[in-house]
Amino acid sequence: MIQIKNLHATVDGKKILNGINLEVNKGEVHAIMGPNGSGKSTLANVLAGHEGYEVTDGEVIFNGKDLLEMSPEDRAREGMFLAFQYPIEIPGISNSVFLKTAIDEIRKYKGEEEISAKDFLALIKEKAKILEMDNSLVSRSVNSGFSGGEKKRNEILQMLMLNPALALLDETDSGLDIDALKIVSKGVNVFRSENNGVIMVTHYQRLLDYIVPDFVHVLYKGQIIKSGDKNLALELEEKGYDWLKNGELETA
Amino acid sequence: MGTENKELKEWYKDQFVKFEKRLNGHSKSFMQKYRVESLKKFDEFELPNMKNEEWKYTNVRPIFKHNFRPAVLAEKVEVTRQLVDKKLYKQFDCNVMVFVNGQFEPAFSKLDCLPEGVLVDSLEKVLHIIPELVENKITKLSATENSFNALNGAFALDGAFIYVPAGKIVEKPIQVLFLGGSKTDDVLIQPRNLIIAEESAQVSVIANYQPIDSDKYFTNIITEVYAGKNSIIDLYKIQNEGSESYHVEKMDVHQDETSVFSHYSLSFGGSIVRNDVNSTLDGEHIECNLFGLYLGNNDQHVDNHTFIDHAKPNCVSNELYKGILDGKSRGVFNGKVMVREDAQKTLAYQSNKTVLLSDHSRIDTKPQLEIFADDVKCSHGATVGHLDDQAYFYIRSRGVPSDIAKSMLIRAFVSDVFEKIKITELRDQINRLIFEHLQRVEI
Repeated sequence: MIQIKNLHATVDGKKILNGINLEVNKGEVHAIMGPNGSGKSTLANVLAGHEGYEVTDGEVIFNGKDLLEMSPEDRAREGMFLAFQYPIEIPGISNSVFLKTAIDEIRKYKGEEEISAKDFLALIKEKAKILEMDNSLVSRSVNSGFSGGEKKRNEILQMLMLNPALALLDETDSGLDIDALKIVSKGVNVFRSENNGVIMVTHYQRLLDYIVPDFVHVLYKGQIIKSGDKNLALELEEKGYDWLKNGELETA
Repeated sequence: MGTENKELKEWYKDQFVKFEKRLNGHSKSFMQKYRVESLKKFDEFELPNMKNEEWKYTNVRPIFKHNFRPAVLAEKVEVTRQLVDKKLYKQFDCNVMVFVNGQFEPAFSKLDCLPEGVLVDSLEKVLHIIPELVENKITKLSATENSFNALNGAFALDGAFIYVPAGKIVEKPIQVLFLGGSKTDDVLIQPRNLIIAEESAQVSVIANYQPIDSDKYFTNIITEVYAGKNSIIDLYKIQNEGSESYHVEKMDVHQDETSVFSHYSLSFGGSIVRNDVNSTLDGEHIECNLFGLYLGNNDQHVDNHTFIDHAKPNCVSNELYKGILDGKSRGVFNGKVMVREDAQKTLAYQSNKTVLLSDHSRIDTKPQLEIFADDVKCSHGATVGHLDDQAYFYIRSRGVPSDIAKSMLIRAFVSDVFEKIKITELRDQINRLIFEHLQRVEI
């Protein structure tokens, strides 16, 4: 579904990604782990089309199309979704107006009809229930005055509503207490299917107890230095990152 | 500039002679004395110019380069009911007053369900029938401080007169529509509005300024507001004059103890716009709320000056002005909060925020706080910026196109002022005006 080849990116002239190679197929969940500053969030943001990052080399093919040529909105319409590490507050725009606009724009792009108000309400009710969000949260302004946990939950709600082909979760677990983490993980597990893929960026192994990945990659200094299955995460939990930093760079 | 000024003053003095003839029979009245004094001041004053601190960022020369004809001396403009209906804010029940080029039009007005004792009428009429109701108020509060005030005073004749006696509550808002412009003359329209709420009275007023067509005209207003003890006044000003027109208003508010005065200044149209709002908090436990929203596009110039005078202890003032400037428009904000020595336990909050949508728009902002009391809580601040890049990315990353994303951010930016508007039915209409004015997709 997505092939990332030799991806290099800089921010303010500083090199952050130094040749990422990664392929994610339908039905797969990939976890990307790594110490602070390794480029995890940058990778997620570059894929979603953040204009603050400059891609200096490499290519990304998403569903057969050149992803890097696309605007952020077109990436979303092609099925990309980024759950933000720090979701943005948009006072004055209700969650439902925001989501209906997004759904309709994505449908329009695909040449489909707009969603009816009735279907939309039924859909949001169904999805909010999975995340144990009450209806008032749905009618409130986007993330406005939400707690950290509510914002993360709202990101997952958006993901469930937009039903993307590829979901990028940028440190979705950070700042969540265990109950919120369970709910958010439930949302992701409901979402994952044979028809979509997930890339989870996380600092901690904890999340992987609830969302079990098919693959785990370790990102360090902008490169994937080791890949493995879920056991790699456990190994990292035990040993930390240092055993990888020393001497394994050349295998990347 | 000297001879230019002289010619201009001669023009208005000449107009005044014609105006006086029209008024025949009232030469002895207090109002006529006031007009004559005002004209004298107009003759003496130097026209406002950018060397003066109060006018430093606002060049009003274009207004004074032009000989406007006082509307009362110009050919009367007839408007249709259809036009009036089109210009009114709707979807809520209200009392209606209509003024065309400053003159009251009772035929289009609807004032039939006011509580007993409440008087809502044209100032001109009230001056005839109960002059004393006007006399002990009208010239007491609003000092003639500059050429604009003096010009209004010299030709002061009509305007909205709203009087709510003690204990009366006017439940439905009073919408006052001021239509301006003429095909035959460049008219000078000078409403003189007076709002009086006596003890524990309550009233909500919407001052709605709009053009008849696309003619050039100049609206120069003085509005005086008396908020008696324990009274509550909400005053919405929705200024959406024509793009060729000029608009100047001075509003002076006097608040007695425990009164609550809230002003919502929503500014859209006009080539040069200057709003002065001054409130004196002359008693304890007063609340004064000044909310503003100013939209600029093309070559517009919008200047908001506010002055809140905390004269007594235990009062609260809350001021929030937000602006969005696009094209080559310019904004000015000058907000002064004075806390006098007596005014202990004052709470004063002031904020001005502007978003510049283009590289050619500009704001000059000057929040000022002068505190002479030692036990007060005051804050003030101003920010100028662009739409938030991260938020813009966030919205687009959901598949929303860039134009709608920008509209959402504009809506988000104004939302805190927007939500202050108590007449919720008005909000959608204001929302539409915002996006119409900025020529953007409505959200």
